[in-house]
Amino acid sequence: MTAASVSPVARAEATRHAWLVVGLSLIVACALVGSLFVGYAGLDVTQAIADALRGAQTLPAIVLVELRLPRALLGCFVGFSLGLAGAAMQGFLRNPLAEPGVVGVSGAAALGAVIAFYSGLSTLVPLALPFGAIAGAIFAALLLFALVGRGAGTMTVILAGVAINSFAAALTSLALNLSPNGFSALEIVYWLMGSLVDRSLPQVWLATPFMLAGWILLLTAAPALDALSLGEPTARSLGFDMARLRVRLVVGAALAVGASVAVSGAIGFVGLVAPHVLRPFVGHRPGRLLFVSGLGGAALLLLADIAARLLPIRPELKLGVITAMVGAPFLFHLVYRLRREA
Amino acid sequence: MRIDIEAASVRIEGATILHRVDLLLKPGEIVGLIGPNGAGKSTLLKAIAGLSSLSDGAIRYDGVRAQEIGAARLARRLAYLAQDGEISWPLRVEHLVGLGRLPHRTPFAGESEEDRVAVERAMKLAEVAQFRARTVQSLSGGERMRVLLARALAVEAEVLLADEPVAAVDPLHQLRVMDLLRRVAAEGKCVVVVLHDLALAARFCNRLVVLAGGCKLLDGSPDELTDTIIARAYGVSTLRGEHLGQAFVLPWAPLGPHNG
Repeated sequence: MTAASVSPVARAEATRHAWLVVGLSLIVACALVGSLFVGYAGLDVTQAIADALRGAQTLPAIVLVELRLPRALLGCFVGFSLGLAGAAMQGFLRNPLAEPGVVGVSGAAALGAVIAFYSGLSTLVPLALPFGAIAGAIFAALLLFALVGRGAGTMTVILAGVAINSFAAALTSLALNLSPNGFSALEIVYWLMGSLVDRSLPQVWLATPFMLAGWILLLTAAPALDALSLGEPTARSLGFDMARLRVRLVVGAALAVGASVAVSGAIGFVGLVAPHVLRPFVGHRPGRLLFVSGLGGAALLLLADIAARLLPIRPELKLGVITAMVGAPFLFHLVYRLRREA
Repeated sequence: MRIDIEAASVRIEGATILHRVDLLLKPGEIVGLIGPNGAGKSTLLKAIAGLSSLSDGAIRYDGVRAQEIGAARLARRLAYLAQDGEISWPLRVEHLVGLGRLPHRTPFAGESEEDRVAVERAMKLAEVAQFRARTVQSLSGGERMRVLLARALAVEAEVLLADEPVAAVDPLHQLRVMDLLRRVAAEGKCVVVVLHDLALAARFCNRLVVLAGGCKLLDGSPDELTDTIIARAYGVSTLRGEHLGQAFVLPWAPLGPHNG
């Protein structure tokens, strides 16, 4: 047989997928550049780029490199991490409502950050905050494994996630409650809202390797997630080791989401909205959805961050507040629809 | 591939699901695995597929144990069709059948020509090619079962293990699916199929294995499926007849204290 055996539907679909990836990449690229242009201080971006490339320490160059570039890059990377991790967890748990938050990684990462605040470590060592969040995420992943063990079902994973999340939320409230002064409590509350304001390039370099490792672990799970659409026994009969897949996904999500929470605080709903919007465009295939959903998450977060700066509301709305305002009604809609289908 | 099952036992939480079952599976035959609910049919099939571990005994594939072959290589040689028919997402039929090619793919390589040919052939065999562009959620239960069967066929494995492939299928397609499985076996593959329909089992299988309470009651040709064995396994009487020179058997009435 020749290539004629490729069905026209399949060929049209391959073309459509290529356009989807190109289109989303373009949106991300435009939003990334747009993010450099948007800010409170008037900035001649071309001048700033020229200065920065020459190595001149002019004010425009400093604003660009020290303020706008980290913010844009983090928006892109954090968005990609959240979108990708959301798609991966939904594929694994076979539930469109699942999010990194479900397995307790986000909550525990936020707790890690809060502990760094509360202990005062973050004032002594600036990087204590990110390390705290990553440590929290990894702790949550390890705890998840201790709870579910090998060969446990999906429901166990969800329940363990709920337990870890509640625990993290309780300890976070405790930290707020015991907070020695109003200022640190306020700082914690602001952290929990999520933002990309005043981030530095060192923070980008700190978080990126962890995110990158997480992305690799999650993206390479694509075939196993596809197989898992037919249930665990069938996926295993297709040669996929479910225990190993579980390790890969939890560690991958812990790295990507933990590093994200470390630099941006808790930004919710991106991991819910991006996969859900894009799923029909990839024929609902969980493996195909991963990369596309990462791009979607990056676009979503960059655009939300641009909106935060353009909206005539001062003080500036926190990024987590904007994503929640967009995402929460979305969640209601999803729950309502799933309820009707059930 | 020749599969040698030796004194296979499975105990779960103290309950014996399978008790010292011996079985030899050879290429070119279609073996019907029959017995009442809870007899251990699915457990045995899963054990043969390498999906559940034995408490005792051994299964050898051409003389080699599953651990030594490795899950990835075994997945290319052995296709398993699950009973529950779980499908999580509204996948297109073509994509779903294509999942059967996953064991043959190298990481990050797309679909090969060989994969496409196998998927086409499988869809044609299971008579689902006309649904290729539809989502599985838009299909009836029986149609969905045939799509899942096509997925298993797409593996093009030497062994096909099917757990109740005709449970939700209409009579026409029951006959067609059974005929298809018989043809697959005639191509030199080994087919093991769990069935509840005695008439289909006796008519289409070369060999019947009757399980009851985790023990093997019979391993023989359909002619050896006597009334006594059916009564012992299922607790029913049988009706036998002949049509166009072929004998058939139907479960007829419950046996027992209430029915004499």
